[in-house]
Amino acid sequence: MNNQPVSSVHTRNQFHTIQQFLNVVFPLTAVLVFFLFCGIVLLLRRQSPIAFYLTILNSGFSSFDEFAGVLFNATPLIFTGLAVALAFKAGLFNIGCEGQLYVAAFTAAWFGIHINLPSIVLIPLCIAAAMLSGAIWGAIPGLLKVKFGAHEVINTIMLNFIALALTNYLVVSVFREPGQMTPQTAAINKTARFQRLGEVVPFIEESNLLDSSFLLAILCVIITYVFLKYSRWGYELRLVGNASDVATYGGINPGKVIVWTMALSGTIAGLAGVSDVMGYRHRFLDSFSSGWGFTGIVVALLGRNHPFGVFAASLLFGLLNKVALDIELLLGIPRGLFLVGQGLLIIVMVCMEGFVIKRRK
Amino acid sequence: MILSLIPSTLRKATPLGYAALGGTCSERAGVVNIALEGMMLMGAFGYTVGVQAIESAWIGLCVGIAGGFGSAMLLSIATITFQSEQIVTGVAINILALGSIEYLLPTSERVVGLPELKLPFIGHYSILTYVMPLLMLMCHIMLYKTAWGLRLRAAGNSTEALKTLSLSRNRWQYFGVGLSGIFAGMGGCFLVSDVNLFTKGIIAGRGYVALAAVIFGNWRPINCVLACLLFGFADSLDLIQQWNIPDQLIQSFPYILTMIVLAGLVGKTRPPAALGTSEN
Repeated sequence: MNNQPVSSVHTRNQFHTIQQFLNVVFPLTAVLVFFLFCGIVLLLRRQSPIAFYLTILNSGFSSFDEFAGVLFNATPLIFTGLAVALAFKAGLFNIGCEGQLYVAAFTAAWFGIHINLPSIVLIPLCIAAAMLSGAIWGAIPGLLKVKFGAHEVINTIMLNFIALALTNYLVVSVFREPGQMTPQTAAINKTARFQRLGEVVPFIEESNLLDSSFLLAILCVIITYVFLKYSRWGYELRLVGNASDVATYGGINPGKVIVWTMALSGTIAGLAGVSDVMGYRHRFLDSFSSGWGFTGIVVALLGRNHPFGVFAASLLFGLLNKVALDIELLLGIPRGLFLVGQGLLIIVMVCMEGFVIKRRK
Repeated sequence: MILSLIPSTLRKATPLGYAALGGTCSERAGVVNIALEGMMLMGAFGYTVGVQAIESAWIGLCVGIAGGFGSAMLLSIATITFQSEQIVTGVAINILALGSIEYLLPTSERVVGLPELKLPFIGHYSILTYVMPLLMLMCHIMLYKTAWGLRLRAAGNSTEALKTLSLSRNRWQYFGVGLSGIFAGMGGCFLVSDVNLFTKGIIAGRGYVALAAVIFGNWRPINCVLACLLFGFADSLDLIQQWNIPDQLIQSFPYILTMIVLAGLVGKTRPPAALGTSEN
């Protein structure tokens, strides 16, 4: 009764254009709200918003080196953002990136510590093992959904906590570095470490933390894009996400697609853990992730689940994560401000989506 | 030996019970509530601020409830009025709550607790622990014996049912989510009052455990509280030193159990039919 037929004024093409337009407008509005909100809070604190914005720009873009720092902070978010986005495309909700990246990170660390081989063999081996463990951790909720109809949201949340407890147990009671108070494993072998880009790229200082996992992240963005757009599996994945019934009539088994999509999503999320262990810390540290799995949701949302969008959104959040420290030290603003802003940004974004898109249907 | 665990079980189950009753009310009305964690945190924060402003635990409780209710209103405005994606909104509220705490009150604060009541044979517990079973019964009666409860459940079971009675589904969803904020806020208050200390990590995932209890209890108030007692009991097992169970296994017990139950290996869960749908 209330459901009016889809307005026939819009042809399919026009609808598509509007959709694309909104895909740009929504994220930009949300980001604008975010920065306006920060500005208002600063005004209330009787501090200058201009100085704040300048600090952000300065800390992110004043030199190649600073920008490399942004890329470093963006790297894990690219992985988790892609993971969430890929699952979203199939209509699945992966809140479990946090757990998947912990499991993968621990696996990478274990292989890196216990196996001693030349880099050319060991690095792919570590990555492959970590990806596999992330895939398994991701596939469990997928399997449970298909076999028993259990919602993946709850199961991924539960698996986050289980992964945290499991790795905590392993690192505290079994693999703790001897003589250390900090709950961390021993360092991984030198041959299992990623190359620091500062040592090979001329514009970046040698001390810079950016490592080759960033290149891996770019590779992932491109592969995900091609996969979704041009491969048969990508097509099946999107079809299951858009119209599960159509997929079934078309001879696709949605259950199968759900399981491997979740596995794939877990694989990519796992790489975020790999980047920390093999690129940055060179060991597994208990609860090392600062909520990357959750920021991944924000990133995917802001990037409209498009690989390139995810990349752009990761840069923004990489910048914010890097700047958070500077604004705390230089301007005395608690970093909680950015978290509040992030929460607000998501709410603004989903409200706009809900309001505009659902009303139109 | 097991009997010696009863006090600890009750203390650990109380905050979970409040949050789980809240989760039940909101999910019965059809709104997925991932935000319990954030609501509890705002409750704990409100309690602390209230107590610090006026040295009174009761004022603290009121402010804490207001904190939980406030975050619930944010959730309902977004998910019900603006029809936003419920799960993402819940995640956002948790981030928002955590961020506000890190911004406003990142330090640990000592506060006075709510009064405790000493009863013969039972022991002494916080007043909120005694209120818990009463609230559970009230929720049960409200949901299953009153017209309000019928309408609240109708909102969660179908998007059309209330419309045929020309009642607003939105209003009853607001009611359910509002209740969840109040209850979760009380759970947060209890946590602070129990240890007389506020820290930003005080909730420590209990909102998600409560969510697990909601599912474990099959979206029924009494069963949910029983689930919380079970989780509280499991959490107390580390007091038995000679068993030597790893802490981490005890901590993951509720999560593992919930996954098993959700998979239908022990009994069958039945979520409200229109849970998560936002057409009105």
